[in-house]
Amino acid sequence: MDFPLFHLDFMGNRMLVALIAIIHVIINHALAVGFIPLVTFLEFRGYQKKQRNAEKGEAWDEVARKLLFFAFIITTTIGALTGVGIWFATSLANPASIGSLIRVFYFAWFSEWIVFVLEVIFIMIYYLTWKKSKQSARNKKRHIIFGFWLSVFSFLTMAIIVGILGFMMDPGSWEAQKTLASGFFNPLYFPQLIFRTPVAMMMAGCVALLYTAFMLKKGNPWRPEILKHISFWILLWMPIAAVGAYTYYWYIPRAMIGNLPVALATQQFQSWYDSLLIVMIVSVAVGFFISILGTLAPKRLPKYLLIIPVLVSFMFLGTFERLREFIRKPYVIGEYMYANGILVEEYPLYQQSGLLKHTPYSSISAITEENKLEAGEAVFNIACTRCHTTHGINSVVVNFEKMYGNQDTLSTDAMKAYMKNMHNVRYYMPPFPGNDAELDALAAYIAEQQKRPQQLEGAQIKGVDVKELDY
Amino acid sequence: MITALINQIPVPKDIPLDLPLPEWILVVILIFSFLLHILFINLMVGGGVLTFWYELRGLKNKDYDTLAREIASTITVNKSLAVVLGVAPLLSINVLYTVYFYSANALTGAMWISIVPWVAVAFLVFYLHKYSWDRLADNKALHLGILSIGVFSFLMIPFIFLTNINLMLFPEKWAEVSGFFDALTLPNVFPRYFHFITACLAITGFFLAFWFGRKGYTMNENFKNLSKKTIKKQMLNLALAATGMQFIFGPLLFLTLPTQGVTWGLFWVIAGGVTVAVIVVWQLWKLLNDEKEIVGRRYVWLVVLFTVLVGFMGTGRHMYREDALKTHKQMMAERTATHWKDVQKAHEGLLMPEVETDEGPVSPGEALFNNNCAVCHAANNRLVGPPLTEVVPIYENNSEDLKKWIKEPGRKRMDYPPMAGFPNLTDQELTDISKYLLEEEWN
Ligand code: HEC
Ligand code: HEC
Repeated sequence: MDFPLFHLDFMGNRMLVALIAIIHVIINHALAVGFIPLVTFLEFRGYQKKQRNAEKGEAWDEVARKLLFFAFIITTTIGALTGVGIWFATSLANPASIGSLIRVFYFAWFSEWIVFVLEVIFIMIYYLTWKKSKQSARNKKRHIIFGFWLSVFSFLTMAIIVGILGFMMDPGSWEAQKTLASGFFNPLYFPQLIFRTPVAMMMAGCVALLYTAFMLKKGNPWRPEILKHISFWILLWMPIAAVGAYTYYWYIPRAMIGNLPVALATQQFQSWYDSLLIVMIVSVAVGFFISILGTLAPKRLPKYLLIIPVLVSFMFLGTFERLREFIRKPYVIGEYMYANGILVEEYPLYQQSGLLKHTPYSSISAITEENKLEAGEAVFNIACTRCHTTHGINSVVVNFEKMYGNQDTLSTDAMKAYMKNMHNVRYYMPPFPGNDAELDALAAYIAEQQKRPQQLEGAQIKGVDVKELDY
Repeated sequence: MITALINQIPVPKDIPLDLPLPEWILVVILIFSFLLHILFINLMVGGGVLTFWYELRGLKNKDYDTLAREIASTITVNKSLAVVLGVAPLLSINVLYTVYFYSANALTGAMWISIVPWVAVAFLVFYLHKYSWDRLADNKALHLGILSIGVFSFLMIPFIFLTNINLMLFPEKWAEVSGFFDALTLPNVFPRYFHFITACLAITGFFLAFWFGRKGYTMNENFKNLSKKTIKKQMLNLALAATGMQFIFGPLLFLTLPTQGVTWGLFWVIAGGVTVAVIVVWQLWKLLNDEKEIVGRRYVWLVVLFTVLVGFMGTGRHMYREDALKTHKQMMAERTATHWKDVQKAHEGLLMPEVETDEGPVSPGEALFNNNCAVCHAANNRLVGPPLTEVVPIYENNSEDLKKWIKEPGRKRMDYPPMAGFPNLTDQELTDISKYLLEEEWN
């Protein structure tokens, strides 16, 4: 409406945001929240072993340092950039809503930023002072204590990030008038945290196991014992993760009931819910098996197989993040702004006098027979592209075809009837914001897209048309 | 058609929410956090360029290779700080210039989002370069090749930011650009760019003079001939030369600014900055001729001067932004006000076009049907669901079963998708719908 609209016609804008956010969450969990305590733990064991066997202690210390090095490289590059990238992507995907959210939740974002800065600085300090810490036992002790506090701190960052990410990607449940705290601590927040913490620890263990197995040569005398310790670490968190998973699994439907008024969504939810259970069981089983093997017979641990638990735990987190799909709402800010960036309050105006008349970013004001398709495209852009593509992911054409049983041609009348009421049957979609002429143009455009598919380019490629408005 | 559109100024509406803080506080946060961010960006970009330069010279004189390595080790920290410190100004500019900034972002969207993977890769490349120094000691061509990818990226990425910041100031150009490269060629991007790169070199030279000239720095034992004093001198030379160059790039930038934002106030602020710059150059010259090994009190004095200089320039930049957008902001405010009056009118029903007066009042059942079922069922056409002429007769005189179906539909026709149930409807509503369905004539 009030912004040139960036649009990815294959991937869809939401997918872009989800991709960046999920990479960020995985790095945050596996390589910060879970990794720092693991590294500190290994460093501490090295310090203990050094009392009796200097060479051995040194080797342990070195493994811990190399693990941290790996985490340090990834978090300060991909981790940091995806963190910033969430802002970039969300503001491209939905400028009107992020522009509003940022005003309402400026302080939440600002405090997340402070935490983010501190985290990066602390990780740098921890890593860059490692060499110095070897100079004396006292330095080492101090360094280990620093590692301990850093672990606590990274846990806090997760606790904050989980809350904030949750609403950045699906902020619909934040009512405009609600306080920060009530939005932050939604009913699933604590069950999530209880569950995410041990999962992060396990993920860190899996990554560390893989990395160590490749880093240390087969003949290294300390290798089996180190692998054993890391396996044991995974094993240690396993029961906690299982309990966390169960708690969470138990909580989901109870917290969701209010969110699922439509039965069809329930069907989808049910199948997701079933697959979540399977994924949970499989990943716990795989992790259990590998870590038992690693604890009891570290020499036998086949190193290529170690990729499996890493992949499984990533998959696990991915499945888990899909939950957001089911709590989606038509709003970005509850009862205030819809996901298409249009305010609830503005709807009567647009529905009465049309969308196009009020946007500077379309050359059309009045729809005629000649400009109908062009107008339809402009309406599609405003009303649907924040969530749909023409032919890519969540394609509007495919959606209609599926709905009407893949009939040869989509009927414009049927589509019009559907779009007029779509918010009643698919509660996650906002009502159609325009007037009848625009509805007509949109249906004609979609029908045309089915007959002669054409990519819809976003403003980043084809620019914008501009008209002067009367005011 | 196209020519008629050129130079149309888009006047969108502003976001109708209050700023989270008084505007002046946000402006202070913006300027301050931005300068902090840009300081580390300067050190990161300048550090990259200098590493490349000295490693190249190191091919002939090993000492310079050692120096390059020392400089490279500062980049790691500076680049991490640069990124994380960038978030605060990003947030603040998002809040203060929402419409302008996001519009520019969208218009250059592909490049804008590519910053994320590109910077991540560039950082990884710098790590690779740093940690492969010994391993690639015998293959300098490859090692320098790796570095050149990183440095090239550092030199290109600023274009994306500058293009955005520039484009956002000129709404009248928005209709003209299609894609990043159009926006890149708007006047003023290149002068800004050279001004920026030169500043990177000046700041980095100045910083490294301290870095190598500080008391706590002990010379790496690998240095054979290069002394602390020579290094310090080279760095100060660079700072001086680059600062001197700004007397060319600065005026170039100022003269290519589109005139609409240039005011006397801006002129005086810039003039103030230039005066400080002259003092900076003079003091740099004196520092350069100090024969001491260690940077002393004069250095601290120069830090203060530089800060004042940057403060002037940062303020000037902000004033220009405000002035350039003043007219447009006003237009936007007027349009927003009118818009909300229209919204008000719409709420009072004043804008209703020829309201299609429905014949007679609608029964509750009909209203419910229109809202919930009409999407999928029509009288005698197949929509998503079967036509009513087909299904209603099934429930002739059997409203209880019909209600049951609506609440929890079963599965019957395999050439149709399943119907979604309506467990949210109350019993009364179900009765109303059934009554309406069964009593109406469908044909
Ligand atoms: C808030 C985001 C959003 C907006 C805006 C939106 N949709 Fe949807 N729409 C969705 C989602 C999510 C789905 C479900 C996709 C799925 O389940 O795979 C969907 C599904 C659909 C379906 C298939 C429904 C079904 O029963 O399977 C159609 C048709 C559709 N949308 C059309 C539109 C049209 C036309 C517009 C613009 C007027 C629009 N949508 C706007 C999010 C949105
Ligand atoms: C999302 C589309 C959709 C909506 C909305 C919908 N229906 Fe249906 N309806 C269908 C489909 C598809 C079938 C065929 C299902 C089958 O036969 O398996 C159907 C079948 C029926 C039948 C036939 C049952 C039978 O025994 O053969 C009735 C009656 C019916 N719908 C009534 C309603 C009423 C009343 C509403 C509104 C409260 C409604 N439908 C809303 C899609 C829909």
